[in-house]
Amino acid sequence: MTELIEILFTVGLWASVLRIATPLIFGTLGALLCERAGVLNLGIEGIMTFGAMIGWLTVFFTGDLWSGVIAAAVCGALFGLLHAVLTVNLGLSQHVTGLGITLFAASFSYYIFRLAVPVQGSPPTVEAFENYPIPFLSDVPILGPTLFTQTPLTYLAIACVVILAWVMARTPLGLAIRITGENPHAAEAQGLDPIRIRIGCIMVGSALMAVGGSFLTLAAFNSFFPTMVQGRGWVCIALVVFSMWMPLRALLGALLFALFDAYQLRLQTVVGKAVPYQLFLMLPYVLSIVALVLMSRRARVPQALMKPYRRGER
Amino acid sequence: MNSPAPSSPVLSLVGISKRFGPVVANEDVSISLAKGEVLALLGENGAGKTTLMNILFGHYMPDSGSVTVKDTCLTMGRPRDAINAGVGMVHQHFTLAPNLTVLENIMTGTEPLFALRARTGAARAKLATLCKRFGLAANPDARVSDLSVGEQQRVEILKALYNDAEILILDEPTAVLTRPEAEKLFQVLRTMAAQGLSIIFISHKLNEVMESADRVVVLRGGRVTAERATSATDKDELAALMVGRRVERPKRGDALRGPTVVEARGVDVTVKSIKVLQDIDFSLHRGEVLGIIGVSGNGQTVLAHLLSGLAHPGAGTLTVLGAPLGRATPSHLIAKGIGRIPEDRNTEGAVGDFTLWQNAVLERLGDSRFSRWGFVRSRPARAFCDKIIARFDVRGGTPDTATRNLSGGNMQKLIFGRNLLDGPAILIAAQPTRGLDEGAIAAVHSEILAARSKGCAVLLISEDLDETLALADRIQAIVKGRLSPPVASTGLDARRLGLMMAGEWDGLHAV
Amino acid sequence: MRFERRATRPPLLTIGAPILALLFALIVAGGLIALSGAPVFEAYRRIFIGAFGSQLAITETLTRATPLILTGLAAAVAFRAKVWNIGAEGQFYLGALAVAAFGSVVPGVIAIPALMIVGALAGVILLVIPVLLRLRFGVDEVVTTLLLNFIVVLFVSLAIEGFLRDPLAFGWPQSIPVPPEARLDKLVAKSRLHTGLIVAVVVAVLVWAIHRFTVFGLQSAAAGANPKAAEFAGVPITKTLFKVACLSGGLAGLAGAIEVMGVKGHVSTALSPGFGYTGIVVAMLANLSALGVIFAALFVAAMFVGADGMSRALDVPSFIADVTTSLALLAMLVALFFTQYRIAR
Repeated sequence: MTELIEILFTVGLWASVLRIATPLIFGTLGALLCERAGVLNLGIEGIMTFGAMIGWLTVFFTGDLWSGVIAAAVCGALFGLLHAVLTVNLGLSQHVTGLGITLFAASFSYYIFRLAVPVQGSPPTVEAFENYPIPFLSDVPILGPTLFTQTPLTYLAIACVVILAWVMARTPLGLAIRITGENPHAAEAQGLDPIRIRIGCIMVGSALMAVGGSFLTLAAFNSFFPTMVQGRGWVCIALVVFSMWMPLRALLGALLFALFDAYQLRLQTVVGKAVPYQLFLMLPYVLSIVALVLMSRRARVPQALMKPYRRGER
Repeated sequence: MNSPAPSSPVLSLVGISKRFGPVVANEDVSISLAKGEVLALLGENGAGKTTLMNILFGHYMPDSGSVTVKDTCLTMGRPRDAINAGVGMVHQHFTLAPNLTVLENIMTGTEPLFALRARTGAARAKLATLCKRFGLAANPDARVSDLSVGEQQRVEILKALYNDAEILILDEPTAVLTRPEAEKLFQVLRTMAAQGLSIIFISHKLNEVMESADRVVVLRGGRVTAERATSATDKDELAALMVGRRVERPKRGDALRGPTVVEARGVDVTVKSIKVLQDIDFSLHRGEVLGIIGVSGNGQTVLAHLLSGLAHPGAGTLTVLGAPLGRATPSHLIAKGIGRIPEDRNTEGAVGDFTLWQNAVLERLGDSRFSRWGFVRSRPARAFCDKIIARFDVRGGTPDTATRNLSGGNMQKLIFGRNLLDGPAILIAAQPTRGLDEGAIAAVHSEILAARSKGCAVLLISEDLDETLALADRIQAIVKGRLSPPVASTGLDARRLGLMMAGEWDGLHAV
Repeated sequence: MRFERRATRPPLLTIGAPILALLFALIVAGGLIALSGAPVFEAYRRIFIGAFGSQLAITETLTRATPLILTGLAAAVAFRAKVWNIGAEGQFYLGALAVAAFGSVVPGVIAIPALMIVGALAGVILLVIPVLLRLRFGVDEVVTTLLLNFIVVLFVSLAIEGFLRDPLAFGWPQSIPVPPEARLDKLVAKSRLHTGLIVAVVVAVLVWAIHRFTVFGLQSAAAGANPKAAEFAGVPITKTLFKVACLSGGLAGLAGAIEVMGVKGHVSTALSPGFGYTGIVVAMLANLSALGVIFAALFVAAMFVGADGMSRALDVPSFIADVTTSLALLAMLVALFFTQYRIAR
């Protein structure tokens, strides 16, 4: 029994929490941005897959890690543009379009990957991001090896949280985005263009999702294989509800989620064969559902979420 | 023609035309506005007033024509241009985000988007100055959803003023206000005009136009039919100009009041733990129209829902046709012979994608005429629909047309038809003429009166004084979820009724 | 660019929409095939031959289409009432697993119908949970049904490595086999095509009849198209959506049951190559029409079966089938939009 608690006091656990959380942070921020502007983006799962694939492929051919991240962001934004044209300009069902984009982006990733890298015995690998200990801070006991010894992408994720939180709460742009998600007619009456704002948010949001995907192949692992995103995108959609559409709470949600995930991984080694490992693997998904149910009552959903906006139509 | 056009206009619209598909909304409309002037744009529903103002503000692109503000020609279809030129608009359906604060609503879009920080302090100060200057109180940190309708309208006005509007357009500003609130609003508008702002307000109410405007432009069928200084005209002339061919609204004959069919004593209704109706008393008799008058948002929606099976009584007793109502569903009530005209045709009255016959029988699927063993009997249903189309003069479709294609008036006739064809004992009509043109209003009124003379008990819920006075035998006002005692409509005037709607019930003669 | 609603839907365009969408998808996919260096027309010829070129090919295509008809119906039934059941994959697996679990319990004579019902019930239970969560707590069922898919697949993995493990499978994680009397008969000898196809087609016709002729069909469509008007008209929304959930979940569960009884004979985590998700594509290509689902399922199945053969011959990744069908879905959405709207000047 004490072993179960001891796990909580290992540095390894806490270091891995941030690592597990990183793709979730990117994905949740991306989905949150889209939803704040009033558009549900269920393309997330596919966009993360594509980001993972194109990021890896770029690094495989160029050897430059940051080129991979940028390629993922650009492709993510393009998929975002496709989602935006269909749901914002045409006003199609956000549910069906998002799923369509997920199916398309995922299968397109697999196709491109297979074209570029024919089947081999073991999947080829790249030099992934190394941990980058932040000078001085990483020497702090406990916090140093956990918080400040991570890959640059993790630091980037945290920076994005702070930036997005500031933009949403404190800047004219954030206000414009929020009002677009609450009532696009109000935005239009103030001379803003809700359509452009939505398109912009979906593109930036989708870019974040794709960067989250690229973390999987460029930092967490060093190779790409189909179905590697494993429902992380859907978890992010649940985390957005949990976060009540606030970036800082999204960070909290992602960390909590990652803590459970990291804990269950270690628990498996302790408990061994007594409990089937599948039960542990189910936990994150069960947890997401529970979080959704608990938060559904308190959540203040953006009022215009999933309501298409057409100029001159009420 | 007496048309005192201003010599140096701050605003001029020239030759504006706009069509929506086959419908002409505006044709060659030209209007000008002088500094410090209050101009009324008078016209019936569907005369094209709102479309014209939406073109001016840049919400719609006109097919032709131009808008000039102080010698600069506006780019069409861009609200930002209109705002920058000093045009502010107070929409009839407020363009506010309910979950944001007053200040946030007002500040949106007023600063460069990519500034690193919103200048909240400066905005707060500017807002305070504006409030003081025009005598408009507003709490900048209140959430808009917590405000009353009147307060929300004030926020809309402040939004326009905050953008340094010099020309203010108000679309039916008094539609949602009680009479005292409306009077206060016009006072504020006068102050603004005195300070050099120019104002256009849209209205179809002759009284307020005569009282508050300097000049009036009359629109009919999308064209300007006349322009008058209010000092040089009167209500009768304006009414004639507005309506053109006078559609006679039907007159009410004597009531043949029969036995009581609905009796409410001390009824409370709670929706989402808010008491929406409190301690209401009323009784409804066969062969009479009971009018419930009130400004929208005072509980009349729930009152209609209560008798439509969508809301249920809490405390008190409510008997309908001799039995307590309890938690009756819409189907129960329909089976009992209650007809229901919903407040909002488009969202509640019909499924737009369905055909006419499907909408005609959707609420009557429990009826053995239209279904057997779980199967829809489409042949009798189509016949039922055909009868409605013939008897109630529904135009623009066959039983197999999509209902979305009907005009508002014809959709309302379909809804009346499906309720009245079987001769109901009770008819609940909520805002039955909202948004209809004069011809359709007359048709609806005569249907209501015809039902009454056949012994149907009609509960008319309306916010239109003239309509209620014309149709109802007895009238009760609804204010903040409470009902006034009933008074006889004969001998009642609009002023007295206005006071009732504002909650002044002392000295009413209950009948 | 602005759009305005058409007064009427042009019938030619309405019929042409799916065809245009498919053409678009095939053209874009052609570009992708060219990218791989393979000859495009040869590739399409091989896809066609792979799907329809021989008796074996045709039976394979029909075998593939069988579960897709049912999962496509599951999506169509739900989407008509705007119940976003994205969980057909999970319901499929749970239905299959239920058949494996109860296969040896039910008596042989009634085994086939009884197990079909058992499989359908498993699917029902799985969909009723998220739909109740939506009706009761307002939890978006898209996310819950999606997450349940992962949970169910893990549960299947747990079962076939644990209490349902086949001890004779040489360590392969697969379930105990379905008893022979519960296996569906072959329609064509020496092929995999089984009587499940007939069941699927009959069910599709039944669903079509339900939509077209029954009170429930009209009410569920009303609840989807305009819930407020439906509620005002006295349609019992909760009850109707609950029934929709039962029908949709049942169809997906039935798909899993039939696949196990007709093709594999046992459950493994490779039972479904995404039948549940592909069902959504099928339903959308059919514009949610139950009869249309049969044809859409045939197209999608042909694409997959044909692409397999083409892939082996020309070394084009077989994922081209997934790319084409998902593109067709997106193109279909746009095509349907233009049956309702046109570009305004």
